[in-house]
Amino acid sequence: MKRNRTSSAAYSPRIQRNWDWRAAGNFIGGGAGSGLIISATLMSPSGFDALPFVFLGLILVAAGLFCVWLEIGRPWRALNVLKHFSTSWMSREAWVAPLLFFLGILTLLFEPLLVWLVALLAAAFLYSQSRILRADKGIPAWRHPRAGHLVVLTGLTEGCGLLVLLLPLFDQLQWVVWGVFLLLLAGRAVAWRVYREGLAQAKVPQASQKRLAGIDREFLLVGHVLPALLLAMALIVPEAAMLAGLLGMLAGAWMKYNLITRAAFTQGFTLQHAPVRGQPAPQSRPALN
Amino acid sequence: MTRYAMAIDLRRCVGCQTCTAACKQKNATPPGVQWRRVLDIESGEFPDVRRSFMPVACMHCDEPPCEEVCPTTATYKRADGLVAINYELCIGCANCVMACPYEARSIAHEANFAYGDQPMPNERAMFDPERINVATKCTFCIERIDQAEALGMTPGLDHQVTPACVNSCLSGAMVFGDLNDPESTISQLLKETKSYRQSEELLTGPGVYYIWDKA
Repeated sequence: MKRNRTSSAAYSPRIQRNWDWRAAGNFIGGGAGSGLIISATLMSPSGFDALPFVFLGLILVAAGLFCVWLEIGRPWRALNVLKHFSTSWMSREAWVAPLLFFLGILTLLFEPLLVWLVALLAAAFLYSQSRILRADKGIPAWRHPRAGHLVVLTGLTEGCGLLVLLLPLFDQLQWVVWGVFLLLLAGRAVAWRVYREGLAQAKVPQASQKRLAGIDREFLLVGHVLPALLLAMALIVPEAAMLAGLLGMLAGAWMKYNLITRAAFTQGFTLQHAPVRGQPAPQSRPALN
Repeated sequence: MTRYAMAIDLRRCVGCQTCTAACKQKNATPPGVQWRRVLDIESGEFPDVRRSFMPVACMHCDEPPCEEVCPTTATYKRADGLVAINYELCIGCANCVMACPYEARSIAHEANFAYGDQPMPNERAMFDPERINVATKCTFCIERIDQAEALGMTPGLDHQVTPACVNSCLSGAMVFGDLNDPESTISQLLKETKSYRQSEELLTGPGVYYIWDKA
């Protein structure tokens, strides 16, 4: 009988060590900043009340980009990042950023109604960030389509959380924003759960799944359940909403830090077929004379 | 149209790492950076256990994900199938490192030599400050291949214009050549054998074939 020599063996995935807190900083600052601009625009369609938040959002996006600038090996060539708009989402993100700042400054200085265009660019920036991760085929936990959904929802939730945190400082109507924030928290919790299920179905490296499982409890409890309870409490003690916003935002940042730096394992290698060497071993030895 | 590719006969590879050493010698990659390595893979369960060796490096893909994500166009695909890097354009953002499913890319952030501060003769000869802080990877010894036409030689047949790893392989496990030439050694070999490519489901079209049995 011929032995079955087809087998599959794997070579362990390893964690990426090229993107550290600085890369994570871009996803955190960019996500929270663009989320804040979008949330503030929806809160104030005329744009006037959104201006301080647009300003802060732009600062956060700029801080994220500065983190990346600190990370790249050849920072003085950074403008080369603009050269590959046709296929690279990093290039597209880099094109959107100056437009975002330019229009943001015009909005702040001259015409608050332009805030809608700024919000549109902020959405494009956030979407580009999610596609940067999805295009990275070397990291199974990032290339999963649900990673993109999670990054977008997290950015929006962080931004809205920041808005909830800051609104009392500007004496704005708050309960509508609280409601939106609550919905976003629910959406992010679902996206997180669905994402993790997707990773398990796609047989993403166990190491990645374990790292994400390691933050699951705290992320859901501190980043979602507690803020939701605090929002309910805010109906009696309005200041509790500020803490809810802060927790919702920090939890998103912490999750993204883990996703970028600690759960980013390569897929490793697979020996799909064992090499067939020599002849199959005889099933019975010929008798010796 | 030429399509350079490599076939690695897993039945012949003995895991001696000579290709790894030849690559380091030829390209003077710094400590910690290996453009080529040989994986030592154990499989099966006692008593039916196996030890296999799989050399890996840049797969010079048909649809390189590194090229797609590179924001600077520093990584590009040539007409002959080689994926190359223009070090003068690269900003060292490492996006290509993340995009490569084959762990083929590295970034060295400082000049390091095998034996301390003083470079070995090959390191001195090959030292290129442009390779610091940018992405690097196996080039299939591109500068040798580029000499082929002028010298009237054929990559894969003539050692002078063949990748160092292929030249060095003591068991003849590595074959290099033009996949689009039906008469080339690699085309003939792939016709006569069963082979697979790494992670084909990602649709990258790797240019390295792993032979595991006769056809």
